Amino acid sequence: MTATISETLVDPTGKPADLSPFQRFVSDFCESKVAVAGAIGVLIVALIAVFAPWISPTNPYDLATVDIMDSRLAPGKQMMSGVTAVVGTDGMGRDMLSSMFYGLRISLTVGAMSGFIALMVGVCVGLTAAYFGGRVDTLIMRVVDLQLSFPAILIALVLLATLGKGVDKIIIALIVVQWAYFARTVRGTALVERRKEYIEAAACLALSHRRIVFKHLLPNCLPPLIVVGTVQIANAISLEATLSFLGIGLPVTEPSLGLLISNGFEYMLSGKYWISIYPGIVLLFTIVSINLVGDRLRDVLNPRLER
Amino acid sequence: MSVFIIRRLLQSVVVIWVMSLLVFGGVYLIGDPIDMLINPEADQEDIDAAIRALGLDKPIHEQYWFFLINALKGDLGSSFIFNEPALQLILARMPATMELAFASLFISIFFGIPLGMWAGLHPESIAGRSIMTGSILGFSLPSFWVGIMFIMFFAVILGVLPSGGRAETTEFLGMQVSFLSWDGLSHILLPAVNLALFKLSLVIRLSRAGTQEVIHQDYIKFARAKGVSEKRVILVHVLKNILIPVVTILGLEFGSVIAFAVVTETVFAWPGMGKLIIESIDQLDRPVIVAYLMIIVFMFIVINLVVDILYSVLDPRVRLQDVKA
Repeated sequence: MTATISETLVDPTGKPADLSPFQRFVSDFCESKVAVAGAIGVLIVALIAVFAPWISPTNPYDLATVDIMDSRLAPGKQMMSGVTAVVGTDGMGRDMLSSMFYGLRISLTVGAMSGFIALMVGVCVGLTAAYFGGRVDTLIMRVVDLQLSFPAILIALVLLATLGKGVDKIIIALIVVQWAYFARTVRGTALVERRKEYIEAAACLALSHRRIVFKHLLPNCLPPLIVVGTVQIANAISLEATLSFLGIGLPVTEPSLGLLISNGFEYMLSGKYWISIYPGIVLLFTIVSINLVGDRLRDVLNPRLER
Repeated sequence: MSVFIIRRLLQSVVVIWVMSLLVFGGVYLIGDPIDMLINPEADQEDIDAAIRALGLDKPIHEQYWFFLINALKGDLGSSFIFNEPALQLILARMPATMELAFASLFISIFFGIPLGMWAGLHPESIAGRSIMTGSILGFSLPSFWVGIMFIMFFAVILGVLPSGGRAETTEFLGMQVSFLSWDGLSHILLPAVNLALFKLSLVIRLSRAGTQEVIHQDYIKFARAKGVSEKRVILVHVLKNILIPVVTILGLEFGSVIAFAVVTETVFAWPGMGKLIIESIDQLDRPVIVAYLMIIVFMFIVINLVVDILYSVLDPRVRLQDVKA
């Protein structure tokens, strides 16, 4: 209430007052050049991932075109098929650039999908805990606290050791690792929001629990969720890469960036650096870009820092 | 006080029991236990004998009971590959992991606190800003990648440090350690720094935040007004007050250092527990996997319990709240 009054009276940023919330958000976000660079980075990575089959020089999965004679070519050398391997080839003669594009695709898919499903699960559980309170809340939060007291990599290790390799399995493992963060975040916000008048008003109108929770409570809990979600996607990509590097994540048939790095690791000591380094740079670029965006979102969406 | 400790102990027992259920469920129910626990090269007669010996022909609740009783006796099965009790195998690898973990804790504390204090005292300086940027990188870069870069740079390009492995151990206070020789130090340096990076960033952040909070307190102003030298203000008045939260959190994080050692040990071929578990997962050596998981869960619970109790000693509000609840 006080916030809206002060906003209409004086706008300290000196921006025109007729901006929609979304426009205001965009202009706030763009104030940081680093964050804009991060956003552009995320966009580039996402576009490469989506259009990988069309922009890759070769298809690294097509065994007919992969030639073992091409194996471990240095960057810039020409392959048997006449295509120049801009960043070299790997131990099986696949063009690294194409492998990286396809790998990026798998890494991003795994990260985004597990993040999204974990968000859904976490939101449902967290909202339930906050809205009903009492014993339900205690029970749910005990489980969340217990899980968060173990590091993510350990839980993922336990799950993958029992489940085995596979895209579906690593997504399951990442969901199990991540849901608790979302549940805790949404519960914290929802507990504050729940005591506000509009929820009381909605309850007085005899709206169903479901409607109050999803139509009234949830939209007001979104800002911190967006921040946690962004950071968690970066974490999921990083964790997936780590697990694949350890050889317990994705199967060899679906090489993500982590697996590409792992494949190149054995050649690195003999000076064939490119097989490991370039996928690593792409992975780093992706993670840092997402984190930069997340960092800026945290500042922009934090009501305490509202200028 | 004793009420609090008893409550926490009971909770820990419950957690261990729940974890034993999960691990049992994971290994014995999800896959085929015969595939997992019996050497696949055995013939039919041996398999039948092993099924009877392992009690796999019995109903599931009896099997779980069997597993639990054996686990309590300290028998977590024998490794297929090494043909040794799994527990012994892991305990034999434990000193190497512990050495690495303590080395990286040491690095986090002795570099993290001064760097963080510097950044807190000079937040606008170039050094202060670079320290903070560095700590963001330490948080967000995947540690296996940083490890590879270390090997690439220091072992392949410069050739000054070994790319992996552990040096010959010597006996020190009844333990086998490798950090006493020059060769041992050169082997442990890269993995320890690699494992420390994440904690180092955490310590930098904590001590920076702590310094910025403490520096504005009245007792600091008073100490300065009294004419205490700036060096003494920082080294005694500020340092002492930021030390408590930093050390507490590091204690809590010790378990995660051991968990993350899995990655570092694999990158640097460090012969610890973490490398063993990855090899065991690769070779489907299930008894070792189960034993590792149970041991590490147990360690975590002990660490959490000790930290909780220490906390309640330091801050009586915690235990009063808990007793009331």
